[in-house]
Amino acid sequence: MEGETAKPAKGRVCTICNQRRAALKRPKTLEQICRECFYAVFEQEIHGVIVENQLFKPGERVAIGASGGKDSTVLAYVLSELNRRHNYGLDLFLLSVDEGITGYRDDSLETVKRNEIQYGLPLKVVSYKELYGWTMDEIVKLIGLKNNCTFCGVFRRQALDRGAALLKVDKLVTGHNADDIAETVLLNILRGDIARLSRCTSITTGEDGPIPRCKPFKYTYEKEIFTYAYFKRLDYFSTECIYSPNAYRGFAREFIKDLERIRPRAILDIIKSGEDFRISTSTKMPEQGNCERCGYISSQKWCKACVLLEGLNRGLPKLGIGRSRGVNNEPGKNTKQAKGVESIQSKQCGNLDF
Amino acid sequence: MACNSATCQSGCYRDDNDKLDDQFPLPAPAPATVPNHRQQTTNGVSPDGDSNDSILCVKCKLNQPMAVDGNIGLFCGDCFRSNLYGKFRFSVTSNALISPSDNVLVAFSGGPSSRVALQFVHEMQMKAQKNFDASRDRSLPVFGVGVAFIDESLIVPVPADEFDKAIEEMRFVVSNLAPPIKQFYVVPTESIYSSDSDDGRNRLKELLTGVSDITGREDLLEHLRMLALQKVALENGYTKILLGTCTSRIACHVLEATVKGQGYSLAADIQYVDARWEIPVILPLRDCLAQELHTLCSLDSLKTLEVLNGHNSGINALITSFVKLLQEENPSRESTIVRTAGKLTPFHFNRMPEVDDCNIRLASQRRQKKYNLKPNESLPPESFCRICNSPLKKADVKSCKMEDGKMSAEVFRDTCCRSCQFQILPKDISAVEHFHSLLPLQMVARAEYNNLGEDKDGLLREQIQDCLLSDTEDGT
Ligand SMILES: [Zn+2]
Ligand SMILES: [Zn+2]
Ligand SMILES: [Zn+2]
Ligand SMILES: [Zn+2]
Ligand SMILES: [Zn+2]
Repeated sequence: MEGETAKPAKGRVCTICNQRRAALKRPKTLEQICRECFYAVFEQEIHGVIVENQLFKPGERVAIGASGGKDSTVLAYVLSELNRRHNYGLDLFLLSVDEGITGYRDDSLETVKRNEIQYGLPLKVVSYKELYGWTMDEIVKLIGLKNNCTFCGVFRRQALDRGAALLKVDKLVTGHNADDIAETVLLNILRGDIARLSRCTSITTGEDGPIPRCKPFKYTYEKEIFTYAYFKRLDYFSTECIYSPNAYRGFAREFIKDLERIRPRAILDIIKSGEDFRISTSTKMPEQGNCERCGYISSQKWCKACVLLEGLNRGLPKLGIGRSRGVNNEPGKNTKQAKGVESIQSKQCGNLDF
Repeated sequence: MACNSATCQSGCYRDDNDKLDDQFPLPAPAPATVPNHRQQTTNGVSPDGDSNDSILCVKCKLNQPMAVDGNIGLFCGDCFRSNLYGKFRFSVTSNALISPSDNVLVAFSGGPSSRVALQFVHEMQMKAQKNFDASRDRSLPVFGVGVAFIDESLIVPVPADEFDKAIEEMRFVVSNLAPPIKQFYVVPTESIYSSDSDDGRNRLKELLTGVSDITGREDLLEHLRMLALQKVALENGYTKILLGTCTSRIACHVLEATVKGQGYSLAADIQYVDARWEIPVILPLRDCLAQELHTLCSLDSLKTLEVLNGHNSGINALITSFVKLLQEENPSRESTIVRTAGKLTPFHFNRMPEVDDCNIRLASQRRQKKYNLKPNESLPPESFCRICNSPLKKADVKSCKMEDGKMSAEVFRDTCCRSCQFQILPKDISAVEHFHSLLPLQMVARAEYNNLGEDKDGLLREQIQDCLLSDTEDGT
């Protein structure tokens, strides 16, 4: 805690059990605790969030969006563990998207396939190629390295939903952690997006849609997820998407890391603020309809994926990106969103997109 | 009326000029005292020459735009000045921030924001005086202006000679403004204690050293600054406190509040009017950027004093540099942040309380009036944090029982917001009682009023709302 002088190390005994040797300083609270106690509080907190928010009902089929990265790997591990321990009665599945990125997705998919065996969870892989007729490699060949994360994000989001529908699951859980959510709160403030600001802290979204999504890691710190994966020696894939060559972390992400350094609690405080903002209920997201082409939920005539696809298939790949106009020819609407977003870009697509 | 949006950035308020001018006429384009800066900024280029004629001021389309930070700006010096003053005047008139019978106390730190605030309110007062002198019946009085500097040298030490020199310069600035004469008050923070000054000094020092978190200490000092302003205003018959808070400062505050978990109360702090205090606080520079205020100060040679403006630290410093970075990357970022936060729902006290003009000078009556205001039915009364006076979210308010009117340390802690509990109150509950005893009476009394008064009813009402039969009083 800022301003406070560091306490003398009291022989480094765990402050929770007072027996074992402390092995780490818990990122969230800076308490010095042992490994076993860390596992216990980490898992217990997530269990508490699941129960308190009634995320699941017994007998539900739940897909875990699995990228092979550390967030979703830890989520798969912890969720199957808690499901067993606390008798949630859930049917759990791993759901992966194969974007068709040689060298990146090949390897991360191998990781997910190992997880399938390690955790005993059935795995479903949906590929861009079968859904859209294009792999990311082919898209990049056509449009170059710029803007390709637009495709990654839009296509992956839909791909997950479609995979979930194929698996006939009731819910889709993703590995978004507290840092991700705090970052989204800040980005929405910086971009002036009050509608997204009002719902970006919801633990469950899309309840009116066919398959609700939820985030059991809403209050879990990224650092703790790392720590957990490290101590448990979980098998995850750590390379970021090779099509984000800037490895751009964004001002907001850096800012959150700086904040966490002087006041770990700040991440939770940002989420609390996001939940408490007084936003009038009339501030809603644009009316959701369905894409005329593929039936996916969309506020416009065509969903974003169909607009992008149309561009690819017609050889006009810039269609639907940034300021260019496309089928949903509503001047101003897309333009406003695109303006100034580049430099305060959110997390890279190595993680599952919002 | 062209546009009702107070935050409209398009400058379309200009359409309202004619109507607004009745009360607060525009200033002459440039005060007589202003040197010919325009000729300096267009240095070397003859204003009539053809060399650079393609670039002209976007407003008058006559003069060349002045340089801003090495770039060519949009406006010429005169138009820049009148545009900035226009933003100030528009926020004053469209939100009824100042009425003719008001007595306005300007909080003056010596920095550029409050320096411009003082200048603008002075110009507005001069115009009102001119109108008054010209009118036959002299029915509309001219509002009064005073200036207060809060002396925090006990907490943020400044070398004595530098301090004295700075005070003298401020006194000079204030006395140099044309009549009506403005009082200048130098108010030490410790004056919030009613006891003798030695005792007050000791208590203040002890109070602040009891706060281990540097951000918390800084924020507490800011809350105390407001108490000191309230006190000097109340004692000297002022009816409004005017702060020079600008867009850039508000943008930082938005992030500060967000990061400290004060998302609920944020909307209370960033409006033109904040009437949760005994003397309402007004923010007429809410739509002006710090950079614009800086530019005006150098354009018009308005003297500013940086000596006394301590630099912030901890979380607040981190946010200041973050916002600076964002602003460099996109010059409209600060405005966007404030616009986002401006969409949050304000509180009922973010309107000017409607008070009969004849009563306005009587503080006691005024106060009564304020609390007799019919509460907006849709907005239940609030309870407020004891320390920072921010409205508390109902779900976060623990019902607190007081035994024999005495408050236990636990109860006291529960009447503070989560943020103050974390960054200001001592962690150890046994130290909280002593901390409480060091607080100035205004903080202690405020909370007792809130917790014993109408708020309890409101809280109760809200909790049992769904089992109450529909209230037919309104006929709905
Ligand atoms: Zn332990
Ligand atoms: Zn990508
Ligand atoms: Zn579609
Ligand atoms: Zn001009
Ligand atoms: Zn507080």
